[in-house]
Amino acid sequence: MGTFEAGTSQLLALAVAVPILGACLMVAVTRLARLVADSVATAVAVAVAVIDGWVLVHTGAGRVVLWHGGWLPVRGFSVGVSFVGDQFGAGLALLVAVLMAAALLYSWRYFEAVEAHYHALMLLFLAGMQGFALSGDLFDMFVFFELMGAVAYALTAFKIEDASALQGGLSFAIMNSLGAYFALFGVGLVYARTGQLGLPELNRALVGHRPDALLVAAFVLVSCGFLVKAAMVPFHFWLADAHAVAPSSVCVLFSGVMVELGLYGFVRVYLVVFRPVLPGPDITRAFVVLGAITAVVGAVMCFGQRHIKRLLAYSTIGHVGLFLMALSVLSPDGVGGAAVYAVGHAGAKGALFLLGGILLNRYGSVDELELFGRGRRHRWTGVAFVVGALALAGLPPFGTALGKSMAEESLASAGYGWAPALFVAVSAVTGAAVLRAGLRVFFGVGPPPLGSGSGATPGTEEPDVEGRLTRVPLTMAAAIAALFGVALVGGVWRLVPDAVDRGAQRFADGTGYAAQALAHVPAGPTRALPGGWWGVEGVALSLASVALAVVLALGAIYLSRLPDAVRAWGRRLQPGYRVLRRLHSGHIGDYVAWFMAGLAGVAALVGFPLR
Amino acid sequence: MRYYAFFVAGWLLLIGCLGIVRSRNLVHAVAALSVCQSGTYVLLLAVGFQWKAVAPVFGNTLPTNTPVVDPVVQAMTLTDVVVGATVTALLLAMAVQIAKRQRTVDPDELSALEG
Repeated sequence: MGTFEAGTSQLLALAVAVPILGACLMVAVTRLARLVADSVATAVAVAVAVIDGWVLVHTGAGRVVLWHGGWLPVRGFSVGVSFVGDQFGAGLALLVAVLMAAALLYSWRYFEAVEAHYHALMLLFLAGMQGFALSGDLFDMFVFFELMGAVAYALTAFKIEDASALQGGLSFAIMNSLGAYFALFGVGLVYARTGQLGLPELNRALVGHRPDALLVAAFVLVSCGFLVKAAMVPFHFWLADAHAVAPSSVCVLFSGVMVELGLYGFVRVYLVVFRPVLPGPDITRAFVVLGAITAVVGAVMCFGQRHIKRLLAYSTIGHVGLFLMALSVLSPDGVGGAAVYAVGHAGAKGALFLLGGILLNRYGSVDELELFGRGRRHRWTGVAFVVGALALAGLPPFGTALGKSMAEESLASAGYGWAPALFVAVSAVTGAAVLRAGLRVFFGVGPPPLGSGSGATPGTEEPDVEGRLTRVPLTMAAAIAALFGVALVGGVWRLVPDAVDRGAQRFADGTGYAAQALAHVPAGPTRALPGGWWGVEGVALSLASVALAVVLALGAIYLSRLPDAVRAWGRRLQPGYRVLRRLHSGHIGDYVAWFMAGLAGVAALVGFPLR
Repeated sequence: MRYYAFFVAGWLLLIGCLGIVRSRNLVHAVAALSVCQSGTYVLLLAVGFQWKAVAPVFGNTLPTNTPVVDPVVQAMTLTDVVVGATVTALLLAMAVQIAKRQRTVDPDELSALEG
């Protein structure tokens, strides 16, 4: 393999091949004993995590490049297909593998009746996400996008006798496939203009190119395709439906990494391929606005839910909006802040989904109102749930708080002075909704809530486990503890934000990406950025959003005892909320119509400034 | 004539979307999604097409300087067809299961998930 760090680069291929082989083994030996299936699947996920970790360590010195089949570029020209692992790609792949290991550990006694299908699907899902994170080729990104999509649809509708699981799976599948086809259409247009598919080759081909209509159309199509997976408003409708019905262990991956992979694909393709053509400030303006809308819609819808998993799903939409805003700044500090935030969010949200799963398996329901006070006996589960809610709102020293303050700082210095206020509000509202549910269910705080007045989807759902769970098994507790560890790591171990900052500088350098992949040019040096650690202002804003979350949660619980003036103000907001809720109709035709409208909107935001 | 195939590709993509929006039957919606995908097949093949070029198979008889159509987009289209077949099969299986559980395949009557 010539001078391309032969040993380490081969590992990139293994990160995809190992889980696929594991899945084949599961399917081939269908009558595998349950314990063997569980152990082998978890071992595969851990092995992939080790591979990713090894690659990640090596990316510090430069990107790890693999040209499949030894089709190396000659004088900067290539006919091969590449995998390129930089800190962000390999780091995201590592996060995927760690979350997958935790999810498999949690499901150790899940679905007792099933054979190894579940494990095979999970491992294929892992392979698809690994490939998407590491791929250096636009068409391969589409293929891995659809691989992880197709497996995810099957996992969503895994409870095949549950009517809502089928409906959620179907909406998810149609929306995401449609997004993938639009992305492929964009890939076809880029290929028509340049004759290239590899990200490094495309970067070279488009430097100095004029931003003509064809390239703008291609960018809009590819971006919107990936942003369907990232659940940007108005492409977000499928997310709540799918998350509400998928098994809890699968939701950890959906919320923690799959949605973020959509954002990663969008930003990666912009930074490497389209940045030479489309000016950064226009893109920043367009997607900061779209991210803000996403964040507000997610937060408002989140607060109105009573189905706990659906509530968590809408909170993911709120947070994804915040990530999109920070990423759109396109500077290393914005991208780095979003990454630290996303890692913390993945851990906290994953742990909350698993705690919700415990509720479902013990009481056969995830309805906040129906379960009022019934979780009182399970203090530790309750305490963990409340801590998770506060972590989501941005409690120091969780990584969410540090990432949030880094993102706020970068947006403010990019001229969006209102962004920190929005960050505080959105994280407080989503945290408050989760906190409200936790206090009601586990601690019976406040007056018993009145029936189903709100009209939100009730939390009736088929449990994942046969027979009711009487106590929390050690494996489930260990998975939840591991996810809390993920939520904490960014905020307590200084190495993580520092490494992310350095990785972000390389991630933002599309020219360097092309030069290293095609011509062995060593990666440029990275430097430590100022402000990548806890500061007074960041901690103060984090504590403000936690305090606001507590106030909002208690306000919602003790609504009847609030002064009349406050309640009248709340009633005035009701009609707006009702309209917003009615838009989330669960109807696939509506979702597709919104997709078309969103596509036109993005095209207008990106295209008009170029005229 | 040069742009006709591209026009057809865009038309298929959009008319497929319209089909899903107006669909009263999930099987019809899945078929409409396949129509969208057909748009991508037409686009890819049109991108690689040349008048008076032959299929890209260089045996012993074909001189190496003969113009051929682009094999890359053909490979992409084949991959796309495989992806499409998988997704369509999975979606139809879900539609069958929905019909069994809910006794309807009309999206207007499915209301398990609202708000």
